[in-house]
Amino acid sequence: MSAFWIAVTGSSVLAFTIKVLGASVPESVLSHPRLLRINIFIPVALLTALVAVNTFADKTKLVIDNRALGMATAVVLLIAKAPFPVVVLGAALTSALAYRNL
Amino acid sequence: MCRGLGHNLGVSVKRDSFSVSITVGAYGSAFGAAAVAAHFSVLQACLLSLLLFSGASQFAVVGVIAAGGTPINAIATSTLLGTRNGLYGLRLAPLLKLHGWKRIVAAQITIDESTGVALAQNSDEDARKGFWYTGFGVYLFWNLFTLAGALGAQAIGNPSAWGLDAAVPAAFLGLLWPRLTDRKSWVLAGFAILLALTLTPFVPAGIPIISCTLLAVLIGWRK
Repeated sequence: MSAFWIAVTGSSVLAFTIKVLGASVPESVLSHPRLLRINIFIPVALLTALVAVNTFADKTKLVIDNRALGMATAVVLLIAKAPFPVVVLGAALTSALAYRNL
Repeated sequence: MCRGLGHNLGVSVKRDSFSVSITVGAYGSAFGAAAVAAHFSVLQACLLSLLLFSGASQFAVVGVIAAGGTPINAIATSTLLGTRNGLYGLRLAPLLKLHGWKRIVAAQITIDESTGVALAQNSDEDARKGFWYTGFGVYLFWNLFTLAGALGAQAIGNPSAWGLDAAVPAAFLGLLWPRLTDRKSWVLAGFAILLALTLTPFVPAGIPIISCTLLAVLIGWRK
């Protein structure tokens, strides 16, 4: 099985397992306040890391390239309260222009 | 997240659910395109939307693989991002009161949006409606748009020339932004950038991302 198929099936099975577990176990099992707090912060930590790595990493090298310009546009659009699709399109457009002209 | 208007029962639940479904669903095209740009097949992109069905986790699978990480790393990152769906299920169970196959179906559509719309309603009846309408609505549109985005990306060739390599981090940023609501979250985000980029040259790809889980544990440990 290729790396892609392992990633697709593994993550799908686990995601579904978590959803079903959540709907099935008694509430007291998982509602420890510390666990709930950590759970709120996990997406913030992982999404931030994903932003940083997908913007500035090329495998194990750090680079500043067309993607960084795209992300600068995304930040400006988010501050201007633009909707999600506009943010993604704006970033893509800026990055594409930079890629073709730099 | 949309709020139901208490005095306009029924109609506002449907309207809330529909507007969330179409807006969030359209975002699926960014996922489909990003997946194909990271060399997933159109089928694999669609299966992730059909089976995994949780935006941030799906983008994480694609993002970690695109960054050169191993499949195990992609699965771990995606699963950690998906733990909140389990907690949503826990929160919704006493409200939905489901058994058997209905509980399984409800579990699959327990995500940020269906939970958000349900909990924003003023009565249990509307909350249940909001959950089902939004869950099924997002599922439908998210999957249709994933297919459209994946086919579109497949048709255009070099992803960088079309800015698709920047669409992935921009999508993550779009998912992150509404979560940066307090000082602790901003501090955490700052340290996560620092840790992830510092580790990047020294450890295999993918590890810098999942390492940031530690920061979340540290920040969440004390009140």
